[in-house]
Amino acid sequence: MDSTNSDGQYLAPGVTTSVKLVVLGPFAVGKTTFVHSVSEIRPASTEEQMTRAGELVDDLNGLDGKDTTTVAMDFGRITLTDDIVLYLFGAPGQPRFASLIEGLMEGALGGVILVDTKRITESWDAMARMEEAGLAYVIAVNHFAGSPRYSESELRTALDLHPDTPLVICDVRRRESAKAPLIALVSHLLSRPRLEPAT
Amino acid sequence: MVRPYTPTGGQAAPSRHSLDLATLLIADRDRPLHGLSAHARRVMEHCLPGALSIADVSADLQLPGAVTKVLVASLVDSGHLISRNPVPAFQQYDREFLERVLDGLHKL
Repeated sequence: MDSTNSDGQYLAPGVTTSVKLVVLGPFAVGKTTFVHSVSEIRPASTEEQMTRAGELVDDLNGLDGKDTTTVAMDFGRITLTDDIVLYLFGAPGQPRFASLIEGLMEGALGGVILVDTKRITESWDAMARMEEAGLAYVIAVNHFAGSPRYSESELRTALDLHPDTPLVICDVRRRESAKAPLIALVSHLLSRPRLEPAT
Repeated sequence: MVRPYTPTGGQAAPSRHSLDLATLLIADRDRPLHGLSAHARRVMEHCLPGALSIADVSADLQLPGAVTKVLVASLVDSGHLISRNPVPAFQQYDREFLERVLDGLHKL
């Protein structure tokens, strides 16, 4: 049988509805840690294939001249109610992953963008991806030990953040702290003016 | 190591395009497994004990997401699996739904 979790970690009977969130941010910002901190299942990842058209700067894996490349995408799962389960997918935000992220963002409730205060501007790409997709998002500033601390207004200015977009400072290693951006996102969605679907 | 689309018999695109990594799968226990390809059978056997998403199945069986979608799409077409897609965008503006999501997050 399979080496990892072939026993399966099945959803509770009665869970019939799923929602998904995307977690974006630059390399090594803490996406995997964030997803695992809040997830009820063991670390899991799925391999996604991505076309490499025009991706001349992609130096991720030992490239072998094929026209697709494989990216491991971490995901986690939270059963929220008797019938609703939330899936979180972590993906890199760089432009070369645009095709992968596009599919991921389709039908998502919204997104969390992680920011490292040592390299704030590296999260701009992820913000652009979300804005292009018209997805609501929150900024989660992940504080590492020894990372520079800035005030919220300094961070907002550096990110050129829309005044309505929530910004949360957290430590993604801690479950309680990592929950905060998720709560901020859904609160933000609830605060939006009501939009009626086109009929 | 298998070439990516060997498990699907060379089929690269799923027969239905609406499947998402967060799509939930429920197996119909009454459908016979004979006649299924080895990989389709593996997916079915994995789904029989309870509901899982395509992402869960992909990770558990160590199959790429795109390959899992192709296998799942055929199994949905043949009635072996029932699929439930993530809540559509319009429903995400439903206050009652969002409040239940928020409530669930607070209780974590």
